[in-house]
Amino acid sequence: MPADVNDLKLVESILKKYSRKEDTVAALQELQQTFGYLERGHLELLAKQLSLPLVHITGVATFYTQFKFTPKGTYHISICRGTACHVKNSETLLKHVERKLNIKAGEITTDKKISLECVNCIGACAKAPAMMINEKVYGNLDEKKIDMIIHSLE
Amino acid sequence: MASPEHPQKVKITLNDEIVWCDPNAYIIDIARNNNIYIPHFCYHERLERTANCRLCVVEIEIGGKKRIMTSCNLKPQEGMIVNTHTPKVLEARRVNIELLLANHDLNCPTCAKNLHCKLQRYSGELIVKETPFTGKRRNVPVDESSPSIRRDNNKCILCGRCIKMCGDVQTVNAIQQQFRGFETLVSCAFNEGLGESSCVNCGQCVIACPTGALTERSDIPHVIDALNDPHKIVIAQTAPSIRATLGECFGMNPGTNVTGKMVAALKKLGFEKVFDTDLAADITIVEEASEFIKRLNANENLPMITTCCPAWIKFGEQFFYDELSHMSTCRSPQAIMASLIKTYYAEKADLDPQRIVLVDIMPCTAKKFEILRPEFAGEADYVLTTVELGKLIKEMNIDFEHLEPARFDNPLGESTGAGAIFGHTGGVMEAALRTVADWLENKNFKHIDYQAIRGMETLKEATVHIDGMEINLAVVHTLGEARKLMEQIRSGTCKYHFIEIMACYGGCIGGGGQPAPTERFDEVLKKRVQALITEDLHKEIRKSHKNPAVNKLYDEYLGDIGGERAHKLLHTSYQRREFK
Ligand code: SF4
Ligand code: SF4
Ligand code: FES
Repeated sequence: MPADVNDLKLVESILKKYSRKEDTVAALQELQQTFGYLERGHLELLAKQLSLPLVHITGVATFYTQFKFTPKGTYHISICRGTACHVKNSETLLKHVERKLNIKAGEITTDKKISLECVNCIGACAKAPAMMINEKVYGNLDEKKIDMIIHSLE
Repeated sequence: MASPEHPQKVKITLNDEIVWCDPNAYIIDIARNNNIYIPHFCYHERLERTANCRLCVVEIEIGGKKRIMTSCNLKPQEGMIVNTHTPKVLEARRVNIELLLANHDLNCPTCAKNLHCKLQRYSGELIVKETPFTGKRRNVPVDESSPSIRRDNNKCILCGRCIKMCGDVQTVNAIQQQFRGFETLVSCAFNEGLGESSCVNCGQCVIACPTGALTERSDIPHVIDALNDPHKIVIAQTAPSIRATLGECFGMNPGTNVTGKMVAALKKLGFEKVFDTDLAADITIVEEASEFIKRLNANENLPMITTCCPAWIKFGEQFFYDELSHMSTCRSPQAIMASLIKTYYAEKADLDPQRIVLVDIMPCTAKKFEILRPEFAGEADYVLTTVELGKLIKEMNIDFEHLEPARFDNPLGESTGAGAIFGHTGGVMEAALRTVADWLENKNFKHIDYQAIRGMETLKEATVHIDGMEINLAVVHTLGEARKLMEQIRSGTCKYHFIEIMACYGGCIGGGGQPAPTERFDEVLKKRVQALITEDLHKEIRKSHKNPAVNKLYDEYLGDIGGERAHKLLHTSYQRREFK
């Protein structure tokens, strides 16, 4: 379970360890490990701590694909955008899920229940188009099937 | 080997000619001094050489080996053979441009930089006929959150000049590369709008941008609407530096003073009155001089810092909010003129101020922000930059070059040489000193040219002796230089009494709304400065407090200098500003 992002004492105890520009990536990694994603307020504090403009911190953070900027929901949907799924129209499925949940890839629903992201191949090409919810793989998807799966989450 | 006639020089062969050059110079500059232009994007005279665009490649031969190398960061070596335009070089540049065009929003006719864009220019010069590389094109929203600057990342070629300008020169650091690969963008933290960021609206990034990615936020349509509204009376004021730069929009030589044509063009556009911001500059000076003398006598809130520059004010409010007591409370000439037009002039001409639309012609993108400050609500209505005025004149097909000169209107059209020099670095300080010296010693000094604070160095210092006092002065331009001074003030090590700060290099003649010099940046700016210095020299009256129109204004309307009414109409206040 990721730690509570509002635990400022914890944030401080992490940031305290870093002081140089070169520490940026390490600090970002520890923040993400601890809280599951990079919280905006934490990055602002990190900028102060390292005496760097915030825009430098976000520049580094967005450069590496490992960093996430939104927390994961109770259910985290990863839509596969690998070649096989792409050929089987995963793009349309993605649009469908986005419309249904009223969020874009990389975002989370307001009730924090479901988050959505696109990922490169999840290794389920035989069942394309496919997606994962948390650790479970769902294959041979169409819009109807997705609707049912999402309903079962609620 | 250095020869006796050329000590400390190295010999190279540049396009088949022998050239002796400084070993610390760079090939791109050496070539330019020999009248050879090498196309470039990321290189800028005043910025660190990052050599990332690779457009400036040349063919080098040294020790029998031929290589293609970037010339912007290459120093000459003895015996080096440089060829700047071989078929190989031209092909490399062409491919470079083709790749850029493949990911470029190619709507040139509707681009704000149409005809002034370097990508467009080089595509033409290199005769690029097609873009053989097709692929995905960037398609991101245009950022119009800032009142001053419009950012269209679909036109960005990632040369990085804006980032260097904002970070290294201005130390604002509002923008940086975000994301990676195809997604790479120049943007603010969390990819938010410039309008919500720490950006101070100086527009130096606009001047640096070779393409249409960064441009001024245009107010031309609003102004055209106002000019066509029969219920409105549209009035213009023109800042001191416009007359020294507007001609460049029409292909005239830098440094051509076009005061008369500028006024004539505004009249032709339908402005009912054209007033001179120079007069308001004279008012700024009498107020500021009296404020400075008060502070000097009381030894309070020194050093006093000038506040004509809205980009500097926002910078101060964000980064040095604990030192705001040093700022003069005097409004900028723009704001003074605006307040006088909507009060004094409206009364005098018996006009309903609601019917007046005031358009400020300014060298500056930050003025677009300044007029939106709540303190100035209801005063100026729109700001057009020099570049925008040039566009408007062209849109109306006015033959600028052949206009008969016209004169500013009264009662707000008479000014002095002191007002004229407000447009360049050191000018406000020089104008203030002329008045301070006369007042403190109760004399009429003849020697009023303060050479020590002229010139383009970003920090100029001088000590003057007035009335038995030793007064230490500093004049800075660029916000990076301002930051250093402010840190001295903060740490209590500042020895100055009076400081002038301008955000833009060169002062207003180098403002973010001025036509961007495409090359020989410094030379162009110096010629603009010279135009204002010459204007000052030729003025009958060269001291603000001797301006009869100003004195009449105080007699008729404002009351005492620094008095109650003057305070209400001519002064302002500052507050801490949070930023991201
Ligand atoms: S206007 Fe000035 S402060 Fe704003 S982004 Fe451009 S250079 Fe930076
Ligand atoms: S916005 Fe303009 S100056 Fe900045 S990187 Fe893009 S093209 Fe270069
Ligand atoms: S101008 Fe030399 S690499 Fe860009």
